[in-house]
Amino acid sequence: MKLFDIADVIRSKNAGPYELTFDIIFKEFDMYRKVWENKVFNKQSFAKLYNIKEDDIISIVNFDPAKAIKITIARPICSGDLGETDVYGAQQHSPLIGFEFDM
Amino acid sequence: MQEMRILSPTAILGYGFPMESFQRAMDLNPHVIAVDAGSTDPGPHYLGSGKSFTDRNAVKRDLSIMIPAALERGIPVIIGSAGGSGADSHLDWNVDIIKEISKELNIEFKLGIINSELSKETIKNKLDSGDIRPIFPAKQLEERDINESERIVAQMGFEPFIKALEMGAEVIVAGRAYDPAVFASLAVKNGYDIGLAVHLGKILECAAIAATPGSGSDCMMGFLGEDYFKIMPLSDNRKCTTLSVAAHTLYEKSDPIHLPGPGGELDLTNTTFEQFNENTVIVKGSKFVPSVQYSLKLESARKTGYRTVSIAACKDPIMINAIDTIIEEVKAKVKSNFANFGMDDFFLDFKVYGKNGVMGIFKNLPKETSHELCIIIEAVAKDQKQADTICSFARSTMLHYGYEGRKSTAGNLAFPFSPSDFSVGEVYEFNMYHLMDVDNPADFFPISVKNCKGGELA
Repeated sequence: MKLFDIADVIRSKNAGPYELTFDIIFKEFDMYRKVWENKVFNKQSFAKLYNIKEDDIISIVNFDPAKAIKITIARPICSGDLGETDVYGAQQHSPLIGFEFDM
Repeated sequence: MQEMRILSPTAILGYGFPMESFQRAMDLNPHVIAVDAGSTDPGPHYLGSGKSFTDRNAVKRDLSIMIPAALERGIPVIIGSAGGSGADSHLDWNVDIIKEISKELNIEFKLGIINSELSKETIKNKLDSGDIRPIFPAKQLEERDINESERIVAQMGFEPFIKALEMGAEVIVAGRAYDPAVFASLAVKNGYDIGLAVHLGKILECAAIAATPGSGSDCMMGFLGEDYFKIMPLSDNRKCTTLSVAAHTLYEKSDPIHLPGPGGELDLTNTTFEQFNENTVIVKGSKFVPSVQYSLKLESARKTGYRTVSIAACKDPIMINAIDTIIEEVKAKVKSNFANFGMDDFFLDFKVYGKNGVMGIFKNLPKETSHELCIIIEAVAKDQKQADTICSFARSTMLHYGYEGRKSTAGNLAFPFSPSDFSVGEVYEFNMYHLMDVDNPADFFPISVKNCKGGELA
């Protein structure tokens, strides 16, 4: 299954200068619950997608009112440090666009 | 309890708003006009340099409309995180604009000014007494970090705003503030539920971004009652939907249910979002849970050097194929050329757009390659001249570098501009993102209320 086909919103943004947060807002409530309950997004799958350490994942939470799953990670570098490529963190979502999974 | 109306004209002071929306909002007789003027989003440069990331004319335009409209109706204007970062220089910049407006429009009012910049001594004393802890993933604070700081600010809660209102301020301009505080302060002062007031403030701080279609430069109105709040855009072509408002609750936060702030946490466990009418959403059940220990969030930036960048591009498939190796070889040449010239301490980076440039902070992702690349050469060194030298040398080396298999021997790069290099100035990094425990938060945010008239404060 392709995340792109079942999500309305796929976005990334800084949550303060040291964290990067990803929001996935689903089209349908039932599909959102199914993805959440099947733990499609877990530390292991997200760490693999971004090739980061599982320890860098701060939280994976859900939010019923928005039909949303939210993943927050430690930014690889603090916003604006030397080596920065996206100060606002608003364009770090593309691996999620290509994300496919079985459920 | 009478419904309180809180107007947020724009997402960030200086981002603007349509006059039709503003006029429609004023016709609804708001009790306060509040606006957030800052963010850490644009990066550490602005806190470090003391400059605003918003434009002076744009900020003046917004305030020239907001202040007279509020004075005419006898309602306050409250501005938080003035000048973008809220340090003293940012606050002075914004106060200066307000003084200019008082003169040009010939208006008189009581101006409340709330500072939020803290001295290094204050922070050192609090560090010594064990009152400062990092917010993960920031590191434990050390005295060296404090010494290196250009300026340090703390985020104020709603208490200093309430005090300034009690002191008779009609326009309040404050340093770094917790975003919802400017919207919630009058409501909390008048006895409204703190949880609802702060949650409403969380949504209003981005103005019409929480509507659909969203906009950072349009008005949003909040209606606060005893056990609910409603949120409504002021433009006919926008709507607040349960989804747009709930989705905004996620925005830029790590946890949508537990939202910590100065003095306590907003708890949205039992929050409900319902469609009130076509363009309005009603929210209930948000709670504020006061914390046992009051703590303030600290932000600071330190200078790391000076930057020069050069923008170039390439289209040659042989070069594109070998780009990673070419960059490493150019870096080595730059380093060895200046090694015995007293210039060995610099940062040289190549941001390669068209080859995972945007996601360069994730080092281990697969790199897809485009048919053409934009290469931004970046040098950071201890002064501008050295940064210019390193960038210039890296650019000329790359332009004529004889990589293996080259057929295009006249030059490797396409420059869109002449001059090709840009001296950008000081470079800063955030070096503080910590919580500081305090017994009396008011001690850290001095307030003055003065009469503003004819461009002067008295």
